[in-house]
Amino acid sequence: MAQIIVKKAGPGVTLQDEGRAGYLAQGLSRGGAVDRLALCEGAVLLGQSTDMAAIEIAASFLTIEITAAVRIALTGVPMRARCNGDALVWQASHALPAGSTLELSASAGGYSYLHLGGGVAADDVLGAKSAHLAAGIGQMIAAGDRLAISDHDAGRAGLALAAEPSTKGAIRLVATPQTPLFADAELARFTATTFRKDSRGNRMGQRLVLDGGGFGAKAGLAILSETVVPGDIQITGDGAPFVLLCECQTTGGYPRIGTILPCDLPRFLRTPANEAITFAFVSLEEGVKLELAELVRRDGLRGHLRPLIRDPHTIPDLLAYQLISGVTRGDDLDGDPS
Amino acid sequence: MVTGDGNAQRNGNGVIMTTEPAQRSRPLVSTLGVDGFLVSFGAQLSEPANRAALAYRAALETADIAGIAETATSLTSVYLRFDLAAADHARMCQTLDDLLDSRDWYAASLPEGRRRWRVPAVFGTDLAPQFEEAARLAGLSPAQAVAALCAAPLRVQTIGFAPGQPYLGELPAVWNIPRQSDLTPQVPQGALALAIRQMVLFSVSTPTGWRHVGQTAVRLFRPKAPDPFLLRPGDEVHFTAVSRDAFETLRAEDANGGAVAEVIG
Repeated sequence: MAQIIVKKAGPGVTLQDEGRAGYLAQGLSRGGAVDRLALCEGAVLLGQSTDMAAIEIAASFLTIEITAAVRIALTGVPMRARCNGDALVWQASHALPAGSTLELSASAGGYSYLHLGGGVAADDVLGAKSAHLAAGIGQMIAAGDRLAISDHDAGRAGLALAAEPSTKGAIRLVATPQTPLFADAELARFTATTFRKDSRGNRMGQRLVLDGGGFGAKAGLAILSETVVPGDIQITGDGAPFVLLCECQTTGGYPRIGTILPCDLPRFLRTPANEAITFAFVSLEEGVKLELAELVRRDGLRGHLRPLIRDPHTIPDLLAYQLISGVTRGDDLDGDPS
Repeated sequence: MVTGDGNAQRNGNGVIMTTEPAQRSRPLVSTLGVDGFLVSFGAQLSEPANRAALAYRAALETADIAGIAETATSLTSVYLRFDLAAADHARMCQTLDDLLDSRDWYAASLPEGRRRWRVPAVFGTDLAPQFEEAARLAGLSPAQAVAALCAAPLRVQTIGFAPGQPYLGELPAVWNIPRQSDLTPQVPQGALALAIRQMVLFSVSTPTGWRHVGQTAVRLFRPKAPDPFLLRPGDEVHFTAVSRDAFETLRAEDANGGAVAEVIG
């Protein structure tokens, strides 16, 4: 079986898949890849199922050696990617020859993904391969680890997907049961405020920072703990918003000002740390419409695959590459890019 | 159509309204996120609201309604997530209303298959450094406090926050002590913490604002076991005070940390 030998790994490198839905009643949040669009894009780039495990790199770095020829895809927040010293294009699939060293570095923050053709092999725990560190399932990937990759991979590489949607524009919210606990003026100030991500974000949640005062619900209202969902924006004790992510606790007692639409969560996750973030409320009906449209878009992502165009003059050791699996006539992707 | 505006209050059945119209809150149906609902049986914790939430969720699960992806309870509410491509809010809301109207959920009995767990715990010592402070806040001597916390079984009101983690209650009124203003940076797995007439038995190591009054060797969540979650809502937990030495022996030699169960209902 082909193996990945981990040479260097910073903190925050874990194996992730679609996570464990269905255990909320037992206090276990779904977890899985924080950026589920990136997981889907990787699967599309490699022409495989979305339930395969990929390596999530959370504002970190990773260097691996690969014992056999493999296909990879790179999605999520772009990093500097090099194979045996040569630059690889992000948001694309690549065929790497046996013995390659792949170096992923210079993360701009956020969540980046390395997908392997055939997926990373690992034992299932409660139906998934994902590490859920808050629940004590799995562990971080560390230097010296060896991960197995399926040998049964066949497909093309050298394909690219445009990174959509862009990170521009307000992140859209629907109201929560506690939104009415905030005065209208407070809600208006919230949607008029520019936020940035705090450096302390993790898979459980992302704190936001703002210029000016924090937010507060109307005084004297104690809230009994109830179920919380990823995308919920809690207003914590100091008035700063805290966006819950996929490895969050399952219940919470802080008032929640709004819930980010799942279709806008990847935009939020991919927004660079120093970039402005604003929020806008949409009606539930509008939210449902946007969500259903995104489901259709993701179903059709394969139709947006394009051959990766590379200028041969910029590839110094062209002959060293195994090009066969990436070869395409160039026009055969317009029909059925399977 | 119910929206997240929190105003869409729905009646339970007539029995609720005629027996205790003033004391009892009515179930409240709200949306939670773009693909979920929250059915709340009370803004404050009460035994009937807790039972109502457990029974209503059980009924939703049994009814096997098309489009529902997942359900869960918290202390007094039920969450459900549905598949937006398979169902819509109007239809789902109608289903929830019909089920609410079908019986008096506040009069529901506890779930079946409940167990009473005997769980050995050390109160105080360096293992549970805030025990004496909590006893003082309750106006009890350390000996009285141990006796009080071990006097009767506590109910698992809900499992949540972390995997397999129970909220246990309700303690007598003297234990209505507030959370600390500062978080304890880390309590270990098996820690027993107390605030506002409730105790939490921690399934994972975590920061907490509750006071660390006891330490158990019980493992509430075993991801690789056939039955990964030890406790269920409705179970009872009866603590038995043990010495530190006895605790160390249990921790070293008993995978269950000395916890034993009998079926009670």
